[in-house]
Amino acid sequence: MRGTLRQQEGRAGLALISPTLVVTLVVVVVPLLWAIMLAFQDVRLINIRRVGIFGHYTLENFTYVISEPGFWSALVNTLVYTVAGTALSIAVGLVAALALRDRFPGRTLVRASILVPYVAPVVAVAFLWEVMLNPQYGIVNTWLSEPIAFLSQARGTFLGVEVPVALLTVIAFEAWRYFPFAFLFILARLQALPKELDEAAVVDGATPTQRFRYVIMPQLWRIIALLSVLRFVFTFTKFDDVYLLTGGGAGTEVVSVRVYNFLTARDDIGASAAQAIVLAVVLVVFLVIYLRFFSGGAREQG
Amino acid sequence: MSRDRFERALLRALRPLVIAFLFVITAFPFFYMVMLSVRDIQELILEPGSLWPNAFTLSTYADVLTRQGFLTFMGNSAIIAVSSVAVTLLISIPGAYAVARLRFFGRRQVHFLFLAVYLFPAIVLAIPLFVLFTMMGLRGSLAGLILVYIAQTVPVTVYMLRNYFETVPQSVEEAAAIDGCSRVETIWRVVLPLSKPALMATGLYAFMIAWNEFLFALLFLVERRERWTVSLGLSQLAGSIEIPTTVLMAGSVVLTLPIVIIFFAGERLLTEGLTAGAEKG
Repeated sequence: MRGTLRQQEGRAGLALISPTLVVTLVVVVVPLLWAIMLAFQDVRLINIRRVGIFGHYTLENFTYVISEPGFWSALVNTLVYTVAGTALSIAVGLVAALALRDRFPGRTLVRASILVPYVAPVVAVAFLWEVMLNPQYGIVNTWLSEPIAFLSQARGTFLGVEVPVALLTVIAFEAWRYFPFAFLFILARLQALPKELDEAAVVDGATPTQRFRYVIMPQLWRIIALLSVLRFVFTFTKFDDVYLLTGGGAGTEVVSVRVYNFLTARDDIGASAAQAIVLAVVLVVFLVIYLRFFSGGAREQG
Repeated sequence: MSRDRFERALLRALRPLVIAFLFVITAFPFFYMVMLSVRDIQELILEPGSLWPNAFTLSTYADVLTRQGFLTFMGNSAIIAVSSVAVTLLISIPGAYAVARLRFFGRRQVHFLFLAVYLFPAIVLAIPLFVLFTMMGLRGSLAGLILVYIAQTVPVTVYMLRNYFETVPQSVEEAAAIDGCSRVETIWRVVLPLSKPALMATGLYAFMIAWNEFLFALLFLVERRERWTVSLGLSQLAGSIEIPTTVLMAGSVVLTLPIVIIFFAGERLLTEGLTAGAEKG
């Protein structure tokens, strides 16, 4: 008895997909559940073997973590860094896609060049920025009348306004590194747009800015909304960029860097997990608000 | 002058400026990287503003590769990246085929799992895996790191491959079945040869993740210098005062170059492959 063809197909499907499922279950899903459990227990690496599934559960980690000095400012930093980094990278990506939409000599070269910051390893580009912005021998500071410690100075005055220097530098890095991502998506969409609409608008006498506003942008909103969600999610929990550039110093500490420090330097696994869970929950809350807001807006439009 | 003509003239003037600006901000840093890596540290200290070295030297590369151990690091990175690619493909090919072609229980829910893993923050996952690997004594082993990379890439690569497999005409597969091919033979002899560009793209993606990744390499390997990846090595040595910046710049060229070459080589193959049709007529 081998069952019907349909049953055979079902069994074959499960057999073929099972390695994928096993790997994701073992390395992603189960650890995630465990992380949630760890957040409610008093765990350090020293006592880890004594802490079981039926161990003592408590909310102490959460109360401890949110009352620790620096947590709320780190959360605010994370938010500012994420919103500004997301918005800037998409805005620059949009401008780049519009500029490179039509052919010109050397377009292939410029397109390749634009992709490099995104493709290159984060450690290499972060080190490159550190060297370029170095107050002693960095190339950027040789162009300035007075050297600026871009990555180690929390505050500075620019045109008489006090600005968070290091945080702005980290945001600029984020925009520089991820605008190619937005550029790729938006350019693909732009090149798939039907030419007729744009041509019709030209015949009707629409100026370039009017065509952009009323013909092109309405067709790009969906991809921009998708990019916003993706970049927001990725940046909100990003660890590498800030850690490598400033180590979380000079007013740039984001929550993910705190999670890492609690885990390694303080060896406080419970508090580290609690902080990561808080970060994930805040992210989900923002996503829900955004999706509500956005889907509401989409319905109004038609 | 009408508004239309004014705007057209303005944009015609602005566009080259924007393009030049984008080219400079992306190309210049990497040009600077290469230029710093081929000069002596003394020259950098004396003339920090100069872009062209007075005397070219490759001793920085010799130093970083041998004395600083980057050859070992590159070996580790290569082992990690190549095994990640191999195992990722081995797991995701059958998975993607199943999702694309076969009706099985839970097929529709699988997408949700993939999306969740794709969007899932690595920093949350880092904690339990760090604890688990410490308990199992897997910290410092390359195999543990490879396993983590595979788990993070497989859901995405299954998704990428599935999209491509769905474009392979079912009639070709039916023809193979009539000719006596089993399901596995059909995948091996018919579907895979037709999907070369997608396999390239998938392999490229897995390779880039494994070569560029930093957080897990830092958590798992930092205590064992002989197991460092290139990324980890550069990040750890970047803080030291004894190693000249120009030598470290040579290290970042060594770290960046392979991935950039592979990316652009792969990208061309990819576009070429996609234009070739499978089933004519």
